[in-house]
Amino acid sequence: MPSQLVDKYFRAEDLPQIWCPGCGHGIITRAITVAIEQLGLEPDKVCVVSGIGCSSRAPGYLDFNTLHTTHGRALAFATGIKLANPDLKVIVIMGDGDSTAIGGNHFIHACRRNIDLTTIIFNNNIYGMTGGQYSPLTPKFDKGTTAPYGNIDRPFDICDLASGAGATYVGRGTSYHANVVTSLVKKGIMNDGFSLIEAISGCPTYYGRKNKKGGPVDMMQWQKDNAVTVTAAAKMTPEQLEGKFLIGELKNKPEPEYTKEYQKIIDNLKGSDI
Amino acid sequence: MKNKSIKGNEVDHGKLIINADWCKGCGICTAFCPTKAIELKNEKVTVVDIDKCTQCGLCELRCPDYAIYVGRKKNEQ
Ligand SMILES: Cc1ncc(C[n+]2csc(CCOP(=O)(O)OP(=O)(O)O)c2C)c(N)n1
Ligand code: SF4
Ligand code: SF4
Ligand code: SF4
Repeated sequence: MPSQLVDKYFRAEDLPQIWCPGCGHGIITRAITVAIEQLGLEPDKVCVVSGIGCSSRAPGYLDFNTLHTTHGRALAFATGIKLANPDLKVIVIMGDGDSTAIGGNHFIHACRRNIDLTTIIFNNNIYGMTGGQYSPLTPKFDKGTTAPYGNIDRPFDICDLASGAGATYVGRGTSYHANVVTSLVKKGIMNDGFSLIEAISGCPTYYGRKNKKGGPVDMMQWQKDNAVTVTAAAKMTPEQLEGKFLIGELKNKPEPEYTKEYQKIIDNLKGSDI
Repeated sequence: MKNKSIKGNEVDHGKLIINADWCKGCGICTAFCPTKAIELKNEKVTVVDIDKCTQCGLCELRCPDYAIYVGRKKNEQ
């Protein structure tokens, strides 16, 4: 029998996943189930929604209500699910390309509405599923099949983008720091509003190979060496922070939630003459 | 229709349980095991010295394929 956690929350008959050896997506998927376990959520009251991509295959392995939708549109489906069933805990899993390229508009507007969805973006800095094209998260000068001489676009900062667009809970973890992902997902689920957790993942097969980042272990080591917690960063100089990235809670600023505001309108209109 | 009877090639080492069928040999668990209780052999994780294992759970935390996990805790053995 697999571990109790895997037995309880995964469709173990479909394991191991289709993902490549050392793909960070499996680590992050597990970290999400640990958050659900620690919160003691009823599996029937959880719905996991995804778009299209390697990352979006995660719900296929998870034993909850799950929906695998279309590329970039997971948040549109999730918005419908949440409005129709406000009591469900809706968790959305997307890739960096899925969420910020084709799905960019859905993303900023879900943030702006502050609808109670907990979104985890598996950021591996590339389009994994389709063979390594660059995404809006590919760092400048890195390579992809569509940027053989290096990508000249500047990448988004997913967390800044979400904060600016109005998400009320924002944080970042990595596959190396899986425990950080778990605690952020927990707080994200508890936040009554739109929560965005960026989980940095390694794609050794395309991003790693194209950019000579080594294998799965090297990619995890890179995360370990370059992530700085928010608390540690507060004591560091800009020079010391050069080339590093922050992990931990980046924003926690509750505001009125969308489905609750919507219900207020319904309640107000009930009994009125119009 | 829930899993059940998924055994695969699971071997119970007491402190650790390993399912070689699910292991893809990525080397993450062995690289970050603080005590080097495990290593890769023929692209599969294997136990080198079970006495070294402190059941810290880091291999389970970071295995992308759930092929290794902490077994019975000491007080349960
Ligand atoms: C409308 C549409 N356009 C393009 C595709 C092809 N496509 C499938 S997955 C994908 C990108 C996947 O990259 P990402 O979202 O970063 O996820 P990853 O595979 O890296 O986890 C694309 C472009 C599609 N399936 N549907
Ligand atoms: S292509 Fe990349 S993202 Fe997709 S499964 Fe393989 S390692 Fe993971
Ligand atoms: S539980 Fe800890 S000490 Fe034991 S094998 Fe796993 S990582 Fe190593
Ligand atoms: S982390 Fe998992 S898949 Fe990778 S070598 Fe260890 S047991 Fe095998």
